[in-house]
Amino acid sequence: MNDLDAEDRLRFEQLVLPHVDAAFNLARWLLRSREDAEDVAQEALLRACRFFRGFHGGDARAWLLQIVRNTCYSWLEKNRPRELMVEFDEELHPQPVATPESIAIAEEGRERLTRALETVPPRFREVLVLRELEGCSYKEIAAITSIPIGTVMSSLSRARRQLQSLLVSASDKEATREV
Amino acid sequence: MRCDFADSFLHGYFDGELSDLSAAEFERHLQHCVHCAVELVDLDLLSGQLQVAQLYKAAPASFRKKIRTSLRPVAPTPAPASSLLSWRWLAAAALLLVAFVVWRAMPAFHSEEDYQARFATGIVDAHLRAMLLGQITNVHSNDPQTVRAWFEAQVKFAFPVHDFADSGFSLRGGRLDVVQGRTVAALVYANREHLFNVFVWPTREQDASPRAGSRQGYQWIDWRKDKTEFCVVSDAAPAELGQLQRLLSE
Repeated sequence: MNDLDAEDRLRFEQLVLPHVDAAFNLARWLLRSREDAEDVAQEALLRACRFFRGFHGGDARAWLLQIVRNTCYSWLEKNRPRELMVEFDEELHPQPVATPESIAIAEEGRERLTRALETVPPRFREVLVLRELEGCSYKEIAAITSIPIGTVMSSLSRARRQLQSLLVSASDKEATREV
Repeated sequence: MRCDFADSFLHGYFDGELSDLSAAEFERHLQHCVHCAVELVDLDLLSGQLQVAQLYKAAPASFRKKIRTSLRPVAPTPAPASSLLSWRWLAAAALLLVAFVVWRAMPAFHSEEDYQARFATGIVDAHLRAMLLGQITNVHSNDPQTVRAWFEAQVKFAFPVHDFADSGFSLRGGRLDVVQGRTVAALVYANREHLFNVFVWPTREQDASPRAGSRQGYQWIDWRKDKTEFCVVSDAAPAELGQLQRLLSE
């Protein structure tokens, strides 16, 4: 299936395999399912292995995450095209995949944040995950997502505002219920 | 009403991505813009919430195992079905033979001292790499059976796996590692505050009693028993290493 020689394979193990967590994390958040994330991240890693010869040094994490991201999107296009219909430059009010009600019902803290993050459309969700969870620089985010570096900040700004408004509307609902 | 600065500077400032000049400009702005000051705090709050919630989804052990297995067939390039003895293999064999002859002819290059130094470097590097990458275990379990079964599926050699929690060294799991180009098994133990890597690989040499060394503040003890070489590495005190070494060789 692929023809890495022993030396390339060792290089692959040393450079790429340390980023298996990063690969899984991004896939998990883009696909919102552990099972799908396992399958798709595995496919991405195999693809990375196959094309490893084309990788000439540089940021191995960014390179791998780029492949993971593209693999996730092509999987979403095939299996859940509706999730991708939300336009990238859509203004503040996202079309939630889960309703704010379901967020409000979810328990506090971690669960609430998880729901909110999963509700943000994928193109915003990925910049949030890359920045807040993976700790990527703007330059790395630009490389991974193919967003021009000049617009990484505005994407992040929009994404964060979406997340904040989802969290606020969720806690408003909770407050109303309590009253 | 949103402030114009909020879109163009606020997030870059918060993320430490502005140039010094822009950052200074934004700081001047912050002194009289309540809106941005408040939003900065909100951002910090959001970021803090996300950190505290531990939303990072690390790869589960089952996934790591899948990756290992799916990458495994890659290792030895299979010979083309047509000719079992292709020129590639012959060339490789010839090269090995030459290398071996040269190696035998030049005793200076494999003096014991030299070997020791390279050995220590390789072992300590592997220990550090695992610590730095946080990739300490591929199989995370304190159950010797589970860990042994995992290794059985990964490597061709067998070795005993025990938990020494009663004596203060609890088994954390194991992983595969590479030391000086050789695939080795690594068992991970922890006592109160230190982690211990125990590297294990097959050898043809005779049994040897423990010899100890240190490098970059890390201690190691190496010994051979029943055609298996063991090397424990840690930043713990030599006495603690010695204790674990005795437990392992019992």
